[in-house]
Amino acid sequence: MKFKITRQDNPDTPSYVEEFEIPHRPNMNVISALMEIRRNPVNSKGEATTPVSWEMNCLEEVCGACSMIINGKPRQSCTALVDKLEQPITLEPMKTFPVVRDLSIDRSRMFDALKKVKAWIPIDGTYDLGPGPRMPETKRQWAYELSKCMTCGVCLEACPNVNSKSEFIGPAPLSQVRLFNAHPTGEMNKAERLNAIMDDGGLANCGNSQNCVQSCPKGIPLTTSIAALNRDTTFQSFKNFFGSDR
Amino acid sequence: MKGATIMAVGRDFAIRRLHSLLGVIPVGLFLVQHLVVNHFATGGAESFNKAAHFMESLPFRLVLETFVIYLPLLFHAVYGLYIAFQAKNNTTRYGYFRNWMFTLQRVSGVITLIFVAWHVWETRVQAAFGADVNFSMMEDILSNPFMVAFYLIGVLSTVFHFANGLWSFFVSWGLTVSPRSQRISTYVTLGVFIALSIVSVRTIFAFIQ
Repeated sequence: MKFKITRQDNPDTPSYVEEFEIPHRPNMNVISALMEIRRNPVNSKGEATTPVSWEMNCLEEVCGACSMIINGKPRQSCTALVDKLEQPITLEPMKTFPVVRDLSIDRSRMFDALKKVKAWIPIDGTYDLGPGPRMPETKRQWAYELSKCMTCGVCLEACPNVNSKSEFIGPAPLSQVRLFNAHPTGEMNKAERLNAIMDDGGLANCGNSQNCVQSCPKGIPLTTSIAALNRDTTFQSFKNFFGSDR
Repeated sequence: MKGATIMAVGRDFAIRRLHSLLGVIPVGLFLVQHLVVNHFATGGAESFNKAAHFMESLPFRLVLETFVIYLPLLFHAVYGLYIAFQAKNNTTRYGYFRNWMFTLQRVSGVITLIFVAWHVWETRVQAAFGADVNFSMMEDILSNPFMVAFYLIGVLSTVFHFANGLWSFFVSWGLTVSPRSQRISTYVTLGVFIALSIVSVRTIFAFIQ
């Protein structure tokens, strides 16, 4: 099996492509192929080289750590089965993010964005507040879909408006705002989150290319979230401007 | 505290929403009106000149032009260029329909700006210098086959930019939220594109005899 891997030794050094050939085993995924290369780091010219660096954790497409560009599309390498991919298999890092080394990237900006939009429900206090309000089952069902986000970065990679010329935080943290605003307790801090995504680099930077919803490995309705937040922020901006007691 | 939350909101949001709004109201509405009035050309020189003269002799003309056309259009154009060149178009990797519309919206915006700038220079600015904007002026311009092509591309690109911009206006203001409503909106705005294309192409060919 042939692999063409875009490599980079340092965050600041230029990238280069190195080819590898490894024996085929049944049911291999891209990660087990990378492990095979790591076992014997020799490129297809027969030269000894450094093992390829990549990130992985859960190996079942729930952690989002092993995202990379495989044959041109960003996805998780754990669920990329080698037998279903065209040869040679090209692997590239998601360059929307800073490259740490080879296929490892730094997704810190996504976690910073989650902090910025307050993607949590503040319930800490000095005494027991008792049970919160109940959530209607129909709402719980679609909110659960939004909760599947694993901060993998694929939607940011696919978005034409997330790039070095823009501050756009990307679709993932926006959808989390809708998730936490949908929660009956989280709803109590709805305005704070909406104001956070109305700041520079927020919601308004979406250009509706809808690549995010096409690319999301978890099938999260990101563009529905964005449009729903567009509606919420329309009302929020009126409240901010004219004043409101609600 | 309330003031503080408002202050925390940056300028991007208001400017982007203003850009989206002005593209439809008033610039888009003016475009529709302009194309419809020009369609009088299909009824011959006299009917076009009568309509053009009526528009010219509207009271408060300069005030109307400034606030309905010049200022909103200038803002929409300048900020639109900023948006267009900020995007990193990626249709080769992601060849989805909406992504193509995203790219075409930016390409058509730039073509439209070039066309409109030339069109304003050739008609409104010349009128300010004393030229009479009438049927024979347009006939004269469109006697050149190169200009016919330029006008066809320019006008169709403008109509596309308006129709597709209308689609994203509905999303940006939260009017179409569900995938189904956005799909219906695609068909409706496609209808707008086809209808306005017919109106404007008929007008252009009415000047060519």
